[in-house]
Amino acid sequence: MQPKILAKNVNVAYGDRQTLFGIDLEIAPQKVTALIGPSGCGKTTFLRCLNRMNDLIPTCKVEGTITLDGQDIYDKSVDVEVLRRRIGMVFQKANPFPKSIYENVAYGPRIHGLAKTKADLDAIVEKSLRRAGLWDEVHDRLDSQGTGLSGGQQQRLCIARAIAIEPEVILMDEPCSALDPIATAKIEELMNELKQRYTIVIVTHSMQQAARVSDTTAFFHLGYLVETGATADMFTNPQDERTEAYITGRIG
Amino acid sequence: MTDTNKTSLTRESLPGLNRRYRAERRFHLVGKMAVAFSLAFLTFLIGSIVYQGIGAFFQTEVRLEVPQEMIAEHGDDGFTLLRQSMLHNLPDAKGRSARREAYKMAGEGSDIELLSAIADQQTQAAVVTVWIPVSDDIDMAYKSDFAPDMLGSFSDRQKGWLDTWVADDRLRMSFNTGFLVNGDSRDPERAGIGGALMGSIFTLVVCLVLSFVIGILAAIYLEEFAPKNKLTAFLEVNINNLATVPSIIFGLLGLAVFLNTFGLPRSSALVGGMVLSLMTLPTIIIASRVALQSVPPSIREAALGLGATHIQAVFHHVLPLALPGMLTGTILGMARALGETAPLLMIGMVAFIADPPSSFMDPTSALPVQVYLWADSPERAFAEKTSGAIIVLLLFLFVMNLTAIILRKKLEKKW
Amino acid sequence: MPQEHIVKAYDDQLADLDRTIAEMGGLVEKLLSDATNSVVNYDVELAKQTIASDKRIDACEQEIVEGATKLLALRQPMAADLRKVIATIRLSNDLERMGDYAKNISKRVITISQSPILSSISRSVERMSKMVEDMIREVLDAYIQGDVAKAHQVIYSDEDVDRLHTSLFREILTYMMEDPRNITACTHFLFIAKNIERIGDHATNIAEQIHFIVEGDTFDNHHESKDKSATIVAEL
Repeated sequence: MQPKILAKNVNVAYGDRQTLFGIDLEIAPQKVTALIGPSGCGKTTFLRCLNRMNDLIPTCKVEGTITLDGQDIYDKSVDVEVLRRRIGMVFQKANPFPKSIYENVAYGPRIHGLAKTKADLDAIVEKSLRRAGLWDEVHDRLDSQGTGLSGGQQQRLCIARAIAIEPEVILMDEPCSALDPIATAKIEELMNELKQRYTIVIVTHSMQQAARVSDTTAFFHLGYLVETGATADMFTNPQDERTEAYITGRIG
Repeated sequence: MTDTNKTSLTRESLPGLNRRYRAERRFHLVGKMAVAFSLAFLTFLIGSIVYQGIGAFFQTEVRLEVPQEMIAEHGDDGFTLLRQSMLHNLPDAKGRSARREAYKMAGEGSDIELLSAIADQQTQAAVVTVWIPVSDDIDMAYKSDFAPDMLGSFSDRQKGWLDTWVADDRLRMSFNTGFLVNGDSRDPERAGIGGALMGSIFTLVVCLVLSFVIGILAAIYLEEFAPKNKLTAFLEVNINNLATVPSIIFGLLGLAVFLNTFGLPRSSALVGGMVLSLMTLPTIIIASRVALQSVPPSIREAALGLGATHIQAVFHHVLPLALPGMLTGTILGMARALGETAPLLMIGMVAFIADPPSSFMDPTSALPVQVYLWADSPERAFAEKTSGAIIVLLLFLFVMNLTAIILRKKLEKKW
Repeated sequence: MPQEHIVKAYDDQLADLDRTIAEMGGLVEKLLSDATNSVVNYDVELAKQTIASDKRIDACEQEIVEGATKLLALRQPMAADLRKVIATIRLSNDLERMGDYAKNISKRVITISQSPILSSISRSVERMSKMVEDMIREVLDAYIQGDVAKAHQVIYSDEDVDRLHTSLFREILTYMMEDPRNITACTHFLFIAKNIERIGDHATNIAEQIHFIVEGDTFDNHHESKDKSATIVAEL
């Protein structure tokens, strides 16, 4: 199958400090790809390269090519707003806007002009909240503050906000790191449903989570992509010693 | 040396603990004393100003009976009517010097009050009863309850008349609206802070519009869009330095640039506002940048991650969250501008201006300058006016700060 | 695995499993040796002791299953650790079966002791038992050291046991044909030989588990079984 995202020989440096070295990674469509590795291994940096969030850091230099459906996303002709509309992102800390639940979800479609009428927008908001599994919990209080929800609900609101603009890829940066196990389970179940429609790349510190939700796992260590493989193989019989040492809890 | 008793939980079981507690209590005590000290000073300051200034809001009036025929005769000449009325009410004033002393019992400008009081009554009664302001000396004496040192300037005859007025209950205190609406005057009875108040308001409006708009735009640009290089670092250092420059320097700058180069009208609220906005800009820029920095980056990232442009992210999400902080900074800057005198002196707002301004280009005074001017005046009654003006200035500041707090509470969003 | 876990208690728990497996292996080896000795020497007393000592092996198995369950629940082992814990459970099961077979040998001593001595068969049984005891020792060493080559050696040496079993089977048949009075003892010796052969098979299983622990895949034993006893016909 044609990979959705293809990274070839990606090097990233912040100023003089290189953080990623020659990353080659294929991300398959409609699959969950987990990026795991100890803190500071470059997995989040790599994730943020995929929708060019690193552009915000002036000292950050990205070399090599990353393609989305065969198109180089770092090409001069690429508009970063259009790219981010196609590659959405969910962050580590749930960060709903301090506005109503409705406004949170409606913001993306509104700035991209996805809804012609109020009814269209209502429909998008409802559909997104339903897909994020939040509709039943909030449909009677869409006007209340998004920041008033519980941590898990806030994170699902952020997912709803991300999918409201119908991206093709959703990047998730440790989306459950601040959530309790039940809220985490809900989001994991949600990922399972979302992958029917979207390509998901998730950075996680929890190996168990990577094992539970992902189809493919990529292990990063000290800026190198050490090993990539089917998740089931990675967690029962990894090929690289460093992977083995990491997932069995011997290096961190 | 006592052994530490490890099984006990009492204070005595740990040597040195009592000493630590004592040190803590001492510290508490010193802190409380410091607070009490400053509170006492503040109370004393406000108390003394209010005590001295409250009188400025009131004026002593005397009741005069004016016969209808006198009104018919001198109705179009207030000056003469007043003099005639005074003589009519002080029948024992015979002879030139006695008459002159009788005239002096009425306040300067009371003729206008008299005419308008008669016009207001619209009565055809044989004798019209009106209340008119007394002279500033009588006013001061009456307010001090005829303290002996206030009576030095009166002749024995005048003292006698005062005694009869008091005995006949012809003196009263009334609220002095003139103090709030009149312009400045050489006569303490007629001097008001209306002109200075209007001048201050006009000046602040100019200052607010200029410094808020420019300050916030500059802050947004510097914080969100400007490349982080040597030039912007240099700018930043300079802005921080400007905030500490003595205000009189800004006055000199205003004098040189706005008055001499651009030829804008001297003493006008426009120039005053422009000079004050120069002074408050650094404060507002710094406060606004801090407010912008305190918006969590996650909000910015959330918007950018949805494909919003940088401008959209800033104006849709960051700015609304930073606005309360920016407003607070601005209003505090305004409050400082309101109390500022030095730069205004340099651009001529210290001149004696009798009429309240009606536009931004009119020459005007400002509250703190008015305080400064009155404090300099020799007449005894101006001391009271000075304190009165300070009370108004303080009230103005209080209202502004209250507005800042209310605005912030209203706009503040929780997340 | 060269490094220790970051969580020391994890290492301790894994080491506990290893220790119990080693103890169990030692017991099984001793049990087999005692059982064989009791058969060879017609030592009914030793046989009874042997039967009793199987209880400890069962207890060890229980310990391992409990320890492994706890480890799975609390530590969520991954990769080599996961394989080790899974293999340990299966290993303990193998060892327990081996203990049962050895016990079964001892049970037959009382019956055999009432029959005429068949010293030739005894010697062959003893030889076979020694071979299997060596296998057990080797496979336990391989387990403790994580030595795949040694484990493979054990798998191959099972072929010798199978060959010996085939020839012993034939020998026993011959004895039975010679004299029907030998049939009772010989039948029991058939079972004893079979039990020893089965113990060897379980040792092979263990060796395959070691391969799984270390290599992460299943051992592909392409050697054909050398135990031909199934096809032997008594030619009258």
